[in-house]
Amino acid sequence: MSQSRTPSLPEPSSPPPLQVGPYTIQSRLIVGTGKYRDFETMRQAIEASGADCVTVALRRIDLTQRETILDHLDRSRIVLLPNTAGCYNEEDALRTARLAREMLDTSLIKLEVIADPRTLLPDPVATLRATEVLVKEGFTVMAYTSDDPVLARHLASAGAAAVMPLGSAIGSGLGILNRHNIRLIVEDSKVPIIVDAGVGTASDVAVAFEIGVAGVLLNTAIAGAADPVAMAHAMRLAARAGILAFGAGRIPARPYGSASSPTHGTIAASEHRS
Amino acid sequence: MSEPATNTIRISVNGNPLAVRHGSTISDLLATLAMKPVLLAVERNREIVRKSEFSTTPLADGDRIEIVTFVGGG
Repeated sequence: MSQSRTPSLPEPSSPPPLQVGPYTIQSRLIVGTGKYRDFETMRQAIEASGADCVTVALRRIDLTQRETILDHLDRSRIVLLPNTAGCYNEEDALRTARLAREMLDTSLIKLEVIADPRTLLPDPVATLRATEVLVKEGFTVMAYTSDDPVLARHLASAGAAAVMPLGSAIGSGLGILNRHNIRLIVEDSKVPIIVDAGVGTASDVAVAFEIGVAGVLLNTAIAGAADPVAMAHAMRLAARAGILAFGAGRIPARPYGSASSPTHGTIAASEHRS
Repeated sequence: MSEPATNTIRISVNGNPLAVRHGSTISDLLATLAMKPVLLAVERNREIVRKSEFSTTPLADGDRIEIVTFVGGG
């Protein structure tokens, strides 16, 4: 994507890459590969998002299908992040992680242990137990979890290379429901915090980065948009804007107004004094 | 697949019954299914079979084989 630039206003420098254990990810945005209507739309959306790390899910092979998603992902440029989606207990998640490692020869795993199919909320107890096991086995665990600051601390202590609190439920599009908790998690953490799940539109991505998270992972908000490629582009710009805004240091929010123009020397008949 | 005969064994692949020739290995199975052994992983009775062991791992009657790959996901 090339864009015209104003010569006197150089583009701000790119943020440093995301470091997850031994893995370096250039883009702060990580995108999923699910729910696309076709592989070509997926490929274009990933490119528009600027992401160089994408999630994939492990499933039984379709004995009739000759084309797989891996035929459409350029692994020389894109880091594959296998997930344990669809696992409702610790044992299945461990089994899935081990199969993913065998297939890709990667230690990266996005660990998710889901509590129930209606809410798709993470099971925090099983997630913590599975994290402990996988870390011992040498995995680089990116742990999907609820937005609880204490739990995030436990996951990091257990050796998770990144903690990924949800913004809201998977696929809900409700955005970042508890900014305060996400901020507490970020302030407290020595490992990267990546908001995973719940993003509905570009402003949600900006909000997450304005809080100071290291990354955002999303899938449905792009894949389910009417124009996924345009939405992917919007997400990339929102990430950029949010990261810049966080770095720029926002003004504190205040309950009352604060005039931008001088309060003295107006031609008004009387001046209000505070 | 051919009818099971005395020189065949019955296994299940991803939950589907399948008859294969006695003495077949994982590699033979993948060849029968016309699958490249690259972008997939195999479990035999819930134990991962390393790629390097595909050609030396014989199938036994009643084996439950899982062959998995990656699909789109978030």
